[in-house]
Amino acid sequence: MVDPSETITFNPASGQPVQTGPGGGDLTDAMIQTDWWTDQMVADAGIPVIDVPFVSVGGGIGSFVMVNYLRIAGVPKDQIKVLTNIDKPFQTYAFLCNNSQIPVRERLRSDSAATPDNIWGFPGYAIREGWNEKSLKPWWNVFVEPVLADFYTPRAGDVFSSMEKEMGRMGWSDMLAKGQVRMVRRRQGGGYFTILTPPTGTSRTKRIAYRSTWAHLSVGYPGLRYLKDLQEYRETYQDFRRVVNAYEPHEHVYEDLRRRPGVVLVRGAGIVASRILQRLVDDRDKHGAQTLVMHLFRTYRTEPKYDKKWGGGKQEVRHGWAYQGFNVTKASWGGQHRFKLLELEGQERKDFLDYIGGGAHTPRRADWREQIDRGLSQGFYRQHVGEVEKVVPGSDGDSVVSTIKGRDGSLTEIPARYIIDCTGLVGKPQDHRVLADLLEHGGAGENVNGRLDCERNFEVRGAQSAPGKLYAGGAATAGAYYGGVDSFLGLQYTAQQIYLDLASTGFCKTIGPGRSFSHWLKWVRNAQI
Amino acid sequence: MTPTLNGRIQSKLFLLLIIAPLWTLVVTPLLVPLVDGSDASMTASYGVVLVNALQVLGWVAAVGILWELLWHALQQRRWEKDWPILYGMLQYVPEGIVAFLIVNPAFGGLTTAGGVPTAAFLVHFITTVLVTWTWINGPHRIFFLRWRFEGGRFV
Repeated sequence: MVDPSETITFNPASGQPVQTGPGGGDLTDAMIQTDWWTDQMVADAGIPVIDVPFVSVGGGIGSFVMVNYLRIAGVPKDQIKVLTNIDKPFQTYAFLCNNSQIPVRERLRSDSAATPDNIWGFPGYAIREGWNEKSLKPWWNVFVEPVLADFYTPRAGDVFSSMEKEMGRMGWSDMLAKGQVRMVRRRQGGGYFTILTPPTGTSRTKRIAYRSTWAHLSVGYPGLRYLKDLQEYRETYQDFRRVVNAYEPHEHVYEDLRRRPGVVLVRGAGIVASRILQRLVDDRDKHGAQTLVMHLFRTYRTEPKYDKKWGGGKQEVRHGWAYQGFNVTKASWGGQHRFKLLELEGQERKDFLDYIGGGAHTPRRADWREQIDRGLSQGFYRQHVGEVEKVVPGSDGDSVVSTIKGRDGSLTEIPARYIIDCTGLVGKPQDHRVLADLLEHGGAGENVNGRLDCERNFEVRGAQSAPGKLYAGGAATAGAYYGGVDSFLGLQYTAQQIYLDLASTGFCKTIGPGRSFSHWLKWVRNAQI
Repeated sequence: MTPTLNGRIQSKLFLLLIIAPLWTLVVTPLLVPLVDGSDASMTASYGVVLVNALQVLGWVAAVGILWELLWHALQQRRWEKDWPILYGMLQYVPEGIVAFLIVNPAFGGLTTAGGVPTAAFLVHFITTVLVTWTWINGPHRIFFLRWRFEGGRFV
């Protein structure tokens, strides 16, 4: 433990000891209830204040890409603070990938040029993989995709190691302040206070306030989403073993199914369901598991998605699944669909977002399609369509029974030893403490999808504190004027828009062709920024 | 690639008016002997060959704008509204045939020296396509950070 009486907190910007007031260093009720704080309020509460122009909250891949942009645009390390509870920006992402059956050697659903470690998108992961492994295969793949081959996608491990390298180059760890962010509040006189709760014993006070002109929120998904009926089952029967979310650790399911034959029910028809299915079938193929996979579709797609209003072309469907390269159409990142979306408001925007990325869909991959075909013909993979009426424990004590109401109204019972919920993550800002506080006290509002309402440059609408601005990125902004906000490429786009806005204020330099080229050469040489 | 119509035209003009002429300066010495032997009436100095080769690029650019209208229309039939980089290369097959007909002495012959002979045209055109295609699908982004998010537009 640190003894508070023997500790002095220094402001890293000024090098001077931080002066604190008479309070105990914790938030006061008055502060919690006040939307705009004064310097005096914070001082009176005894919360030490650290001045830094730019604060990024989250410390995940969104913060990482944002800070990388600013560093390349000439912002020194001491002008940026990243408030986070993780050490490495890909930590949370890697955890979720691993649980949802994308260990480091497996491939993500991400474009070769979506490179969080490299703001240029060149060289992409395919070029690097070919170069490092002396193989022309990845090069050929990106040359002929998606015409003669499925889209190239990078290995998770390659993405993480590339980011690790970039962390060192930009001095990532020097900019980190560890702890849990509690809230961001506007400051009277301009800018923001971001309240951090550092790990116990690491600071003299319970809270530290970061006073900044700009704040950036990239906090990711608030939590795992469970289908309502599955959540009810888990709570009613306190059974967290048989009914699992694909994003939580659930290796025990595969271990058990390898030991003895069993039935597993998979819910959802997106990329996560594809990966889970692959794991189950791989275990059959490689480890002799005798698993029977029941797959429940809420929407069994028989007709390709098509809407004349938005243009030609059809989204492919096959065996109930819908296929699309990435989570939104390719043109959403930087093509026609991006420009279209920039123009749309309200219901039209909602409809268009649904068109380019809505509904469950999964990428085309030859190995997955082969497994589905084989499973259907050999009978170890069976498809069901309908809504779940109820989920109860089986009478044998070793199963959970789902009652499904088909489209014709008939009821079917599906007993399974395990149910894997592959329907995704929660994105509602109300479920995240910092975002909920922002809606309540920070002036922010909801967009057409119920997420944070942002401008085209990702400034949070209503949360300005001139001359400061609050920006957001990632999943919290879904429903904005951009489709793939929670993808690598979307994070790169978001960071670029924010950097451009900041460059117009003079906080950072503009990355013109000359600066861009010289910094790219540094990247190639792995030289410090 | 995911170009918009405007972006397609801007990127094409950038390639044919900036990158391709630079490449043409480099490749012209190889074209000189191919012009020299083809027809007694042609003078094959570096300067003359260069000027005619640049006119070929001018034709490809001018007609290319019309081609882009067609490629854009075909792109509208694709679900993802993308233009695979393979198509970005294959589109130069018909574009090259038309350019060939315009500048070949046996057909249009529409350059100041009365056209560019077949062998010189092929070497110039094919290498230019390879250089510009490679440029736009990779190194271009090193200099123009925003380009990939702007549908190929510069302004």
